[in-house]
Amino acid sequence: MSETAPVVLKVEGLSKSFGGIHAVSDVHFELARGELLALIGPNGAGKTTCFNMLMGQLKPSSGNVYLHGEKITGQKPRRIWRKGVGRTFQITGTYPSMTVIENIQMALISHHRRLFSLGPHATRLYREQAMQLLELVGMPEQAERACAILAYGDLKRLELAIALSHEPTLLLMDEPTAGMAPRERIALMQLTADIVQKRNISVLFTEHDMDVVFAHAHRLMVLNRGELIANGTVEEIRNDAVVQEVYLGGGNLFAEGDTHA
Amino acid sequence: MGLFIAQLLTGLANAATLFLVASGLSLIFGVTRIVNFAHGSFYMLGAFIGYSLMQVLPGAIGFWASVLLTGVLVGLIGVIVEVLVLRPVYKAPELFQLVATFGVILVIQDLALMVWGAEDLLGPRAPGLKGVVRIMDEPIPLYDLALIAITPFVLFALWYLIARTRVGVLVRAATQDREMVAALGVNQSWLFTGVFFLGAALAGLGGAIQLPKGGADLLMDFNILAAIFVVVVIGGMGSLPGAYIAAVLISVLNVFGVTYLPQSTLVLMYIVMAIVLTVRPYGLLGREEVVGEHGQVGEPERPIKPASTKARVLVGILLLCLFALPLAGSHFLLILTTDIIIFCLFAASLHFLLGLGGLVSFGHAAYFGGGAYVAGLLVVHVNAPMELAFVLAPLGAGLAAFIIGWLCLRLTGVYFAMLTLALAQLLWSLVFQWDEFTGGDDGLVDIWPAEWLSQANSYFYFTVVVGVGGILLLRHVAHSPFGYALRASRDSQRQAEATGINTKRVQWMAFTLAGTLAGVAGALFIFSKGSVFPNELEITKSFDGLIVVFLGGVKTLSGGVVGAASLELVKDYLTRLEYWRLALGLLIIVVVVLAPHGIVGSLRKLRERLSGRAEDDVSTVTSSATATANLQSPESER
Repeated sequence: MSETAPVVLKVEGLSKSFGGIHAVSDVHFELARGELLALIGPNGAGKTTCFNMLMGQLKPSSGNVYLHGEKITGQKPRRIWRKGVGRTFQITGTYPSMTVIENIQMALISHHRRLFSLGPHATRLYREQAMQLLELVGMPEQAERACAILAYGDLKRLELAIALSHEPTLLLMDEPTAGMAPRERIALMQLTADIVQKRNISVLFTEHDMDVVFAHAHRLMVLNRGELIANGTVEEIRNDAVVQEVYLGGGNLFAEGDTHA
Repeated sequence: MGLFIAQLLTGLANAATLFLVASGLSLIFGVTRIVNFAHGSFYMLGAFIGYSLMQVLPGAIGFWASVLLTGVLVGLIGVIVEVLVLRPVYKAPELFQLVATFGVILVIQDLALMVWGAEDLLGPRAPGLKGVVRIMDEPIPLYDLALIAITPFVLFALWYLIARTRVGVLVRAATQDREMVAALGVNQSWLFTGVFFLGAALAGLGGAIQLPKGGADLLMDFNILAAIFVVVVIGGMGSLPGAYIAAVLISVLNVFGVTYLPQSTLVLMYIVMAIVLTVRPYGLLGREEVVGEHGQVGEPERPIKPASTKARVLVGILLLCLFALPLAGSHFLLILTTDIIIFCLFAASLHFLLGLGGLVSFGHAAYFGGGAYVAGLLVVHVNAPMELAFVLAPLGAGLAAFIIGWLCLRLTGVYFAMLTLALAQLLWSLVFQWDEFTGGDDGLVDIWPAEWLSQANSYFYFTVVVGVGGILLLRHVAHSPFGYALRASRDSQRQAEATGINTKRVQWMAFTLAGTLAGVAGALFIFSKGSVFPNELEITKSFDGLIVVFLGGVKTLSGGVVGAASLELVKDYLTRLEYWRLALGLLIIVVVVLAPHGIVGSLRKLRERLSGRAEDDVSTVTSSATATANLQSPESER
């Protein structure tokens, strides 16, 4: 990423404790426009906690989050969403009683502030836009299916379409490929990377699959026991001794060409 | 001071029964997630069975043996109910079991009537404990002291059972995660049965042990139901010590209330509950319930569609039939149809809340009766014209829903349901006890429609237009963006909030709308009957609504209306029988067992099976992506 790209998200000294446990402590980072930033770390490192604080699901114990320079710390998820942040969940959250396209229309209705409208037939609102989003994530033929019967990979793609519905400038994706087959993972992240490039939006995502991370992330951050222990390009992280220690107990699994997909 | 102590002791003694019954309810709910409406019936059975046993077993030993034996017998009755009625419907959609337990209430009421007759029975006094002791010059019955002494032991025994034994470990594990317990090789169905035995036995003990202080009558079941709900909620769902503290609190307060505030004894309990829940939303010793995804257990609801041409034509024909009905010339038919339409509108408004919103209100009658009372009070006190009263009635009901909804929506799941019940009962007790203003038990009478509607036919047409109009309006709203936002808030609150939907506000508005339309139904009701009595906003009325919504089918748009129409028709026929409750109860149980998706849902399934259309059927998919009901499984979202 070019050094001059404007900062979209800035995180300062973000911390969260649950009782005596420091789930996240003193995390600092910045995310530039158009950047695909991966947040990695072992299980329990605090990735999801971090995410939930960025998106407002959790209130930080201390520290601040700035979106385009505006402080958004502790605001409600729906407010942050209105400021142009989309998110997908580790465990998908969709509306099983609606069709696939209605799931997206729902977000569009919210975006256009017509939630309390008593006008007729929500299914006719913003259909074309919803269809375009479905085409974007490659599942237009599933538009009229009940969301409840979708395969898990499709749910993930649907969630991505929902997250993109209000044309966000920042996308937060918590383990976007968890529970998917290897081939699907690559495809989904490729899709995300394309969208990022096309729309020039920024993405912060967490991921366990190093193939996915190394293939698509522009930059990596490593979280361990709630602390950010490394922040740099793929190359830098691969060669970082501390990261290797944390992840592999000294071994070298990050060696180039080590793929298992 | 002496009087004070005496009253305190009386309250403590009264708490014994309340605690026993409430702890049973709490246990059953904790493990099976079934809100057992029939719990009051087990208590009533305990009183009757205990009474009969005490007639044949002599002396002090006989008395206490009767009490224990009653517990065992009622426990066994609980087992029969669990195995025959509930076991077949554990997999049914959320809260469907409520309907089954309601059927059990009706059956037990008539069976008790058959066996013990309609006369109230005066309980025998406990041998050896008939006397009184004087404490600070006040006479205290010995039996009261015995009860005060016994209750902590019962509490301790239960606590020991739950906290220190292997069975208790299983029960607690099942409370947290039933599937996991089953996966670890525990026979879940027998665990459920066991818990049902224990819960029912506790209710039976409660019924038997209060005999010397009270007696046995056929109204006991409903009379205690609201009180034990309140106790369980104040104490905190699933907390035995909490239930004890709450039982003591309520009982003592009640005794003092009778002395110092005789006009408001009933209200007091609900006010205490409202205060406790405002300060501690999950009860005194309860733990916060983790919000799950709302309203969905088992297979999810199908996507809704605008009515097909065929359906529109069908509704059109039905409407034509309604308009042609006066031509049939039967006055009785007109009255019956008017009743049905009013009940359908009431049910549709509850269905809107419950089905689309996933908000289980146990107190919806408050807005129906509330609407009726607003209209009645306006007519009686300020001589308002019917038109004005008719417009203000729904607004009054809507305002009540607006306020109560705001209070209740701070809670979720079963706490929400219980608080709606308590606040509805608060309104009921206000109406019931505020004689000068509301007429109390005598109701409000002589409230008739305006001149232009005074003909039987014209009021019938008025009911058709307003009633059917209300139902169609609700259906319209279901398809509107607001209706979708409501379903989104139910399906996944997390996703909804993350995409800009203020779910609480959406639910609040839905609650208000449902209350307003229930108020319309109430207004239609009072002018069709010419009178209104407190039972129109009582717990049984709310339950009636719940029953028909579930029977009709929660997950279908027309469920509420179909259920209401069916039940009202059937009731009209059955109530001519001597033991109609028995017949109706059995019928409800049979429908519950045979049609676990409700009438509309099950018919649809049958049709699909016959036409062989199973492709894309949501039922063929496992529920991996399915959200879980907040009431049934509060731990679903982590």
